[in-house]
Amino acid sequence: MGRENSKNVWVFIEVYDNKIRNVSLELLGQGRVIADQLGEKLVGVVIGDNIAGLANEVIAYGAETAIVVSGNEYKDYSTDGFANALTALVKKYAPSVLLIGATRNGKDLAPRVAGRLETGLIADCTDIEVNSEDRLVEWTKPAGNMMSTSICPDSSPQMGTVRSNVFKKPAPDYNRAGEIVAEDIGTKADDIRTKIVEIIKTVQGETVNLEEAEIIVSGGRGMKGPENFAILKELADILGGSVGASRAAVDADWMPYAHQVGQTGKTVKPKIYLACGISGAIQHLAGMSSSDLIIAINKDPEAPIFNVADFGIVGDLFEVVPLLTKEFRRIKNG
Amino acid sequence: MNILVCVKQVPDPVEIKFNSETASLIRACAANIVNPFDKYALELALQLKEKHGGEVTVLTMGPPQAVDALKECYAMGADKIVLASDSLFEGGDTLATSYALFCAIKKTGEFDLILYGKQAIDGNTAQVGPQVAERLGVAQATCATGIELADDKVLVAREQDDCQEIIEVKMPALVTVAKLAVEPRNPNIRRKIAANKIEMPVISAADLEGIDAARLGLTGSAVKVKKMFAPPVRGAGIKIENETADNAVKALVDYLSNAKAI
Repeated sequence: MGRENSKNVWVFIEVYDNKIRNVSLELLGQGRVIADQLGEKLVGVVIGDNIAGLANEVIAYGAETAIVVSGNEYKDYSTDGFANALTALVKKYAPSVLLIGATRNGKDLAPRVAGRLETGLIADCTDIEVNSEDRLVEWTKPAGNMMSTSICPDSSPQMGTVRSNVFKKPAPDYNRAGEIVAEDIGTKADDIRTKIVEIIKTVQGETVNLEEAEIIVSGGRGMKGPENFAILKELADILGGSVGASRAAVDADWMPYAHQVGQTGKTVKPKIYLACGISGAIQHLAGMSSSDLIIAINKDPEAPIFNVADFGIVGDLFEVVPLLTKEFRRIKNG
Repeated sequence: MNILVCVKQVPDPVEIKFNSETASLIRACAANIVNPFDKYALELALQLKEKHGGEVTVLTMGPPQAVDALKECYAMGADKIVLASDSLFEGGDTLATSYALFCAIKKTGEFDLILYGKQAIDGNTAQVGPQVAERLGVAQATCATGIELADDKVLVAREQDDCQEIIEVKMPALVTVAKLAVEPRNPNIRRKIAANKIEMPVISAADLEGIDAARLGLTGSAVKVKKMFAPPVRGAGIKIENETADNAVKALVDYLSNAKAI
């Protein structure tokens, strides 16, 4: 779509288990900043079934307007249904910016919509700001070992996906006034070519919630084998944290993919990130370098992880980690 | 069943060396490999062919040396390999790249199932697959860890953020493939030899009837890169070297208590 008359910053509000995903709320926070810089309104778009209650949340988190598309065909996410509804809305209202969380479904939906609208889309942005001169949104993201800042100068809306934990979730204000607009956009059953037949919850019996963990103990190639992750688990348990892994460890099948931290895994921002036997490839750093404190334990004094570690120990993790666990257990038990 | 697998040649991340003085990566010496997720896609395609018959075609878009990636796919068991190569295709964003691939796919044939890796490990956008699906007007499923045939549909096990979904997708469909439980098969030696002699079609922009050159490459890109810069350096802090594990652990615990982190 062309840029003429496009106005307002939109956030696609992803709903899961009848709740708004954190990343969407975080995007309402940054969307507010962008909308204020542009002097435009912030709009949250909610698509689902029985979701009227969520519109108030959208406004409490900073939007002027919540657009709600409700219908039984939107009970579950489907590429066809959601792409149809979202493109129809964009064509009707012509927003200038559209932000989408880089979740599995967000990354399924965003390219499909951008393709249909023939507009640009920037994946996994780590910063979004408005250039005060040309009023274009500048999208920054990691590109190999560099960072790149891109713009989408000629087409609209300017679109980007953002992972969770990149922006801060704003504090909600339930006294904020806002407008709720119900839009009736149907999608014919025949036009939805996918159907969810089964949902299988994580089998391990524990959910891996790395994105929200305050302490992460991560292991890499230096762990030497899957059995050795037990010592990381022990340390993580004492600290009330979770276990992460580098791509090398996941590729070697030592840990399930859900634990992977880095560019092709999860982006995390814990208070303490403890990297054990992780060399610190740029792809790994991309997923954890905004942690408050980075601790590294590695045999190789030249390992790049030491360049970003607040505290590094050059040594054998198989000696250091059990000692750490022992020490923390002693502290914990007073 | 006609299956198309689209692959991309990428630099091998293992071969990329880190220059600790400039804190940057040295890519120059890196060997090129088939994008790992694309190899999982090819493995799935070959398994489907073995079970249900049909033909597996592999298409790549890239510079002339991308032929090596195609030969590896042939050696793994692909029936046909096709290279789309033209300087007009270069430097595109995902919108322009998906347009070029869409045109090349139209030229290559009709397919029941088109498989992509869920993302290429160089750009990591995960956008080209869905955008090709959009241009072809077919159904899509992303991040598959398994595919089974069910009449005119496929059953796809899909990796979700906090669970796994099984979804039914009407064919023709485009499915992007994540890491599988099994590793991709090794190339077969005889096929490796044959791959070196194979004549493979090379599609250039001129071969694609009705293609709109203004929609290709840099010209056809909606996204323009404004600047590249080195990531903000997070300075190194304390580094304990040549100490006993006991002393190192004590120093770390002191550090964490002083920082009020624990």
